[in-house]
Amino acid sequence: MIKFSERQLRVPKLARPVYLVTAGQSKFDRAMPDKRTEELCIDAFTQAAELINKTPAELKRYIHTCYYGHFADHFGDQLLGEAVIHDRLGLDPLGNAGIKTGGATGGSTLWEGMKAVASGYSDCVLAMGWERMDEVPTDEGNFLISCAADKDWESPLGHVYTGYYAVMAQKYWKVFGKEQPSFRRTLAEIAVKHRGYARFNPYAQGPMKITVEDVLNSPVVAYPLRALDCCLMSVGAACAILCDEKTAVELTKGTKNKPLRIWVAAGSHTLRPADRLHMEIPLLPNETAKQYKDLGKRFPGGERYPGFTGFLGARMAAWYGYRMAGIVDPMEDLDVIELHDAFTISDVQSYEDVGLRPYGEGRDYVESGDCYHKNPHTGKPGRLPSNLSGGLIGCLLAVGATGIMQTFESATHFWNRWAEIHGDPKIWKKFNRQKPADWTNLQVKGAKRALAISHAGVGSHVTATILMDPDHLLKEDA
Amino acid sequence: MSMFGQVYVKNNQYKIKGNFHHMTPNQPIRNADDGWKLMGVTNPRDMTYMHSYGGEAIFFESLGKGKLMATRCDNRKCDMKGTIYQPFRIHCMSCLGKNTVIDMTKLAKKSAKIHTFMVCERSGAFSILDKPIKFINIEFDGVPTILMSYLSIGDPKIGMKVIPIFRTTNPTYTILDLSWVPVGTKETNLPEGFSF
Repeated sequence: MIKFSERQLRVPKLARPVYLVTAGQSKFDRAMPDKRTEELCIDAFTQAAELINKTPAELKRYIHTCYYGHFADHFGDQLLGEAVIHDRLGLDPLGNAGIKTGGATGGSTLWEGMKAVASGYSDCVLAMGWERMDEVPTDEGNFLISCAADKDWESPLGHVYTGYYAVMAQKYWKVFGKEQPSFRRTLAEIAVKHRGYARFNPYAQGPMKITVEDVLNSPVVAYPLRALDCCLMSVGAACAILCDEKTAVELTKGTKNKPLRIWVAAGSHTLRPADRLHMEIPLLPNETAKQYKDLGKRFPGGERYPGFTGFLGARMAAWYGYRMAGIVDPMEDLDVIELHDAFTISDVQSYEDVGLRPYGEGRDYVESGDCYHKNPHTGKPGRLPSNLSGGLIGCLLAVGATGIMQTFESATHFWNRWAEIHGDPKIWKKFNRQKPADWTNLQVKGAKRALAISHAGVGSHVTATILMDPDHLLKEDA
Repeated sequence: MSMFGQVYVKNNQYKIKGNFHHMTPNQPIRNADDGWKLMGVTNPRDMTYMHSYGGEAIFFESLGKGKLMATRCDNRKCDMKGTIYQPFRIHCMSCLGKNTVIDMTKLAKKSAKIHTFMVCERSGAFSILDKPIKFINIEFDGVPTILMSYLSIGDPKIGMKVIPIFRTTNPTYTILDLSWVPVGTKETNLPEGFSF
């Protein structure tokens, strides 16, 4: 059993506040043979500059350190890709480092950037992430992704990452879903929702107007997961600019971007789910030990934690992050959320790991309609809308960019710029994409607090990025 | 004449023979929508890696001999003392002391059951298992971890009792030399090369 020492559970404290001032992203697509990676990074950087009325050259003058998130060297067949991008961005001889934590790479890049500003090392940091997954065919891409599993013990078993989530889906369905067909439909509803929201996002790779039946009838990849339960494989880039307070105010003066406080916390767990040992559930501020005492009775098989049904890494990222930022009840304290929906099942697992619902009851977040922009049952705004970008299922999985995209997408709600950034016909035209006739503005009105979860492997690394309007903090000394 | 790369170790150094890479010329990638202008090039590459199992070698060697090896922490001062690790861990995850290698074949034959499973219809490139691949995760009495492997016969169910089988004829020396079948399966029905 894993036991934590008090020192390990110390709540992280930033030496000074850190602000997100702007961000940007490229188009995301399965393949972009017309662009080199540096062109995508420059697209993202240029957008970040334009959102604060600066030219790229003007914004560059503020940057002191750079962190580059790029997961898979073997996809792009380029070691030290960060040096290439850094040079092409014209940022030499500034210090830079590459960050690599699988699917959590984007979140980890922000984590490092935040620490550089919080420590006082830098006043302004560029966090840029990208992935180039179009240099091999899809089955070889699946092979390369499966190299992120244990190469001797797991990867030879099919060379497909979906399999490692499918065993979780099967277990979760048995234990918490009680093998009910309704639970399988709830999973499918997530895929419908995320691909549907992607239709309103010109940057998104996988928009689709589909039904639950479409998902349930799509080809099996790894039973019980089907093709439409699975995330995309993408090319693209995203970036964010993090600053101290003085620089943040200066950079955003006279612009629509209000500097947003940012915290990033991280957790981890074994690369192989096989190695997970039973342990007590680390409790979030809105939970008590009592509520889980009879978990195994209510859900036979659910007494084993985290087993194959939870992600300890995500739980610990939230555990640290909520305490850093003063979040007590995420359903009450947050206004918008982006989760790492690599597969429909992992989306549900994450609801529980980050405390949107207690363990075993994640499905209710979907079935209640709370997760929607507009609750389909009440017609009123959803209580805590999730993955309005389309998430990994509808928008992208350009690995190193993903966590940064989630943060950018969340920030657009705070800045009240969602419609401008997603609805401008010029952007649709530029990306050669058709803006749907029923395009809908998914702006979350009055958003003040957000969470983005960036997640690697089968939960080997997870980060929780929290954004807050500085006039609506939950904790004075956060 | 081309020959697959072969390796042995002498004085703790790799000794190699044969071809470890095969040269294939690159080809241009052109745009059919724009006058066949150049867009890029292919970069073919075929390489053979040399990978060490290190302290886990005994596990993979033993599979071909019909044995399932595990490890156990026997450090009296460790809070994980007595913990059996399967997957095999060379060092204890708590004290980082060297674990004791044990044979858990009997325990596996007696107590293995399916914790969870999935049926894989679409594998990645280079997968050599026949589809559908039935991944199973196996729990054992007294072992806190859950091993990932595959079922060779029958349809998996959570809670199903299974027993290990081993590729003892022409082993591959990989995790694929270990598979599982439902309890009660006759030896004559096992896949070619496998035995109990």
